[in-house]
Amino acid sequence: MGSREIHLRVNGGERRVVIEDQTLLIELVRSLGLVGTKLSCDSQVCGACTVLLDGRPVSSCTTLAIEADDKPVVTIEGLADGAKLHPLQEAFIERFAFQCGYCTPGMIVSAKALLDAYPEPDVATVRHWMDGNICRCTGYQTIVEAVLDAAEQMRGAP
Amino acid sequence: MKQAHRVVGTPARRADGVAKVTGAARYAVDLSVPGMAYAAVVRSTRAHAKITGIDRTAAAASPGVIRVLIGDDLLAAGLTPYYGHVVLDHPVLAIERVRFHGEPVAVVVAETKREAAEAAELVDVSYEDLPAVIDADEALKPDAPVLHERRGERVGDEGMDEGEKGLVGNVCAIARVGWGNIDEALARAHLVVEGEYRYPMLYGYAMEPYNALAFFDQGDLVVFSTAQHVYMVRRDLARMFHLPLARVRVSAPYVGGGYGTKSYTKVEGMTAAAAFFTGRAVKLDLSVEEAMLTTRSASAHIRARSAFTKDGMLLARDFQIVMNNGAYTDNTPLVNSKTANRCFGPYRIPALRVIARSVFTNTVPSSSLRGFGAPQGNIAGELQMDEAAAKLGLDPVELRLRNLVGPGEEFMPGKRPLDADLKDDLRCLASALEWPGTRIGRSIGLGVSASDAGAYPTSTAAVRIHSDTSVTLFTGSTELGQGSRTVLAQIVAEELGVPLESVGVVNGDTGVVTYERTTGASRTTTITGRAVQEACRDARRRVRELAVQAFDLPTSEIEDTAGGIRARGRGFSYGEVIEKWFGAGGEVLGHGAVRRAEGFAKMPPFYEIGCTGLELSVDRETGQVHVTKLTTVGDVGFAINPALVHGQDAGAAMMGLGAALHEELIYEGGQLVNPNVVDYRVPRFSDIPDEMVHLLAERLDGSGPFGAKGAGEGAGNTVGSATASAIGRLLGIFPRELPATPERVWRLIREAERVRTRKTE
Ligand code: FES
Ligand code: FES
Repeated sequence: MGSREIHLRVNGGERRVVIEDQTLLIELVRSLGLVGTKLSCDSQVCGACTVLLDGRPVSSCTTLAIEADDKPVVTIEGLADGAKLHPLQEAFIERFAFQCGYCTPGMIVSAKALLDAYPEPDVATVRHWMDGNICRCTGYQTIVEAVLDAAEQMRGAP
Repeated sequence: MKQAHRVVGTPARRADGVAKVTGAARYAVDLSVPGMAYAAVVRSTRAHAKITGIDRTAAAASPGVIRVLIGDDLLAAGLTPYYGHVVLDHPVLAIERVRFHGEPVAVVVAETKREAAEAAELVDVSYEDLPAVIDADEALKPDAPVLHERRGERVGDEGMDEGEKGLVGNVCAIARVGWGNIDEALARAHLVVEGEYRYPMLYGYAMEPYNALAFFDQGDLVVFSTAQHVYMVRRDLARMFHLPLARVRVSAPYVGGGYGTKSYTKVEGMTAAAAFFTGRAVKLDLSVEEAMLTTRSASAHIRARSAFTKDGMLLARDFQIVMNNGAYTDNTPLVNSKTANRCFGPYRIPALRVIARSVFTNTVPSSSLRGFGAPQGNIAGELQMDEAAAKLGLDPVELRLRNLVGPGEEFMPGKRPLDADLKDDLRCLASALEWPGTRIGRSIGLGVSASDAGAYPTSTAAVRIHSDTSVTLFTGSTELGQGSRTVLAQIVAEELGVPLESVGVVNGDTGVVTYERTTGASRTTTITGRAVQEACRDARRRVRELAVQAFDLPTSEIEDTAGGIRARGRGFSYGEVIEKWFGAGGEVLGHGAVRRAEGFAKMPPFYEIGCTGLELSVDRETGQVHVTKLTTVGDVGFAINPALVHGQDAGAAMMGLGAALHEELIYEGGQLVNPNVVDYRVPRFSDIPDEMVHLLAERLDGSGPFGAKGAGEGAGNTVGSATASAIGRLLGIFPRELPATPERVWRLIREAERVRTRKTE
């Protein structure tokens, strides 16, 4: 079983870590104490484990940690600016866009990728983009509203 | 008229908001303790077999392995190797025999998760196959293989079924409800609608799979897990290890979804046993596939008859229900009796006969899931109202209005009279859906239900008022996402007259908080809420007592104010009274208890109302159903937090839609063929109805605080029947089996065409 050292860039911090080849990205981030990223389906269908790798949303349950070598990784813990929440996080609270909250980290990270790609999404775009994220609690409608609110908020912000 | 309130009745932000959007919220799966070992489960590869041998040598020699545990080890150590809150028949690990494919047979404990998983592959179990039975109707036949020749010990519960009477062969539970003379009513009916209906086996898919962390601390057992009912699990574990209740601590931090699926013991017994035999802290995290092999809901096969007069008045209803409850008892006696109580609907029925039987089969054990028998029974009960309306040429809403019971009317003899205005709810729903609908190619379906909810009304709560007038609430209710922490804090803030921000909530930990029977059956707001109110009143009483002594005041001169008392023209905050009495620091403790007495003397503690409808269209080429509108009426008495009620209604309705259109666990041979969320399809963003409307009906008619009553299940209960009814009204043939998958709908379309051609010929 091979192992190697990689250059890790998570949420703005940098460090070198030695990992086994088969280590998954979710195992790596959670082993760093970043347990906001959640595992559910373990087969790339639910989106609970979504993180941004090089700006793109990926399922960390099926991504090898070595793929993150020297690439920026953003997890849910990397979104707020200190105590100041990201507009998506504010909007999720305001719109009651979660209940148990287990899907929420992946949901918000996916939504961030959406707003990075489409700053002015309409309802159809949100529903389409977010289709890879399952939420069993909310019935989704409040999440769509939260994402649209956040988009508006971010466009309005200087 | 609503009274003026400060905090209740407002959509206060969730108490767990920031924690959940920043990833800071800790779930059981996130917990670890130093030196913790990991467990992996070895599962049966047979549906029904005798275990002839378990060879653990290779696994035990595998790197990192600490111990390989089997059921016999528990027996040898003198532990009680079975659990079950009604019948003690569920082995922690299989003993002598396996009864379903996927049943835990051994647990491997190792230093790392990977080592445990690798060693689990090396445990060699030999079996001698026994004949297996998968279908419930088959299991009822006299020559069917019997799963439990000797029944487990009955350890009680609420006695809502008939107990052990008549439980022969594979019958796990029987419930009967009835009155009047059925045969006579059927004989004089103008119309008898008759049919067979099927509701699927479902997997709740709470997104955090079952997991637990267990260790012994000075002989006390400590378990952190995904448990919904921490106190129920505590009892199972105490029995298993022969420990007093006081020496078992079960704690559920944030729980990643419950919906009933995390009620009762799941992985806690296995994990605690692993900790017991290794002396280590042990963590067991199941995968979703394994969670699907742990609990499901019971499927139902219902034969139903409903008899009507020419004017659509119900004369009689007759239901024969067979439910497939899987390999062990779990919560079946309750689910079974609830199905019997909930199938016929809140109608005036002169003659009724319901017989519900749940049957053991060699499948995953079933337990609670949102609605708890109501969606199962509803598919027959409500759909027959629509079928009758079609046959009698009556409007289905009008037909229901003619038969519905009114507020205060009893519809189950001896039970609580209806605490809701269902006729008004239904009119609201119909008008919101623009009933009867005129849009070409679209069709509306709707339904009502009244569930005997709340479970047994035992609840306690405690509040501590601190010397700065802030308050901590202690409650045994778990936070599953429903927002109990928020709602209960609102009740405290209202009762004590303190700001919501100054109320902290500690919950779901039997080592810390007060007793709570369960967190389910939509009971927290209503029943726990009342206990919380009582605790607040008790705390206020104590503050007054302290004030009498501290300020040397006569009791008669003290008045309660927001956040304190008033006496001799001067106000004192709680904190001032406390500090004055103690001299320095101090606090006041209030305790509240609710039992089956006074407002809750009559069962059920309240009815949970379902009043949901939808509009849909059908693609005639593919059979695909598209939901254009979904409307719920939340008849909750009083919405303590309207946003949270909407959340419950939306979530329940959407879950109901999953069962109506897609979800079904499928067995082939002795094996589940879709134990993953790729093949078991739950609703996604692309399934959101084009329009969702959530209405509230607040008539202050609930038995809970401020006139509130429970929500969380009702909105989903009628979705299945409403979907079938809408499809039926569109195609001319009613689907009687759910889910209405494209294939099934496509077949109905072809069948409808054939019927039409035959008619024109
Ligand atoms: S856990 Fe990775 S997609 Fe579901
Ligand atoms: S909030 Fe529970 S799964 Fe989305």
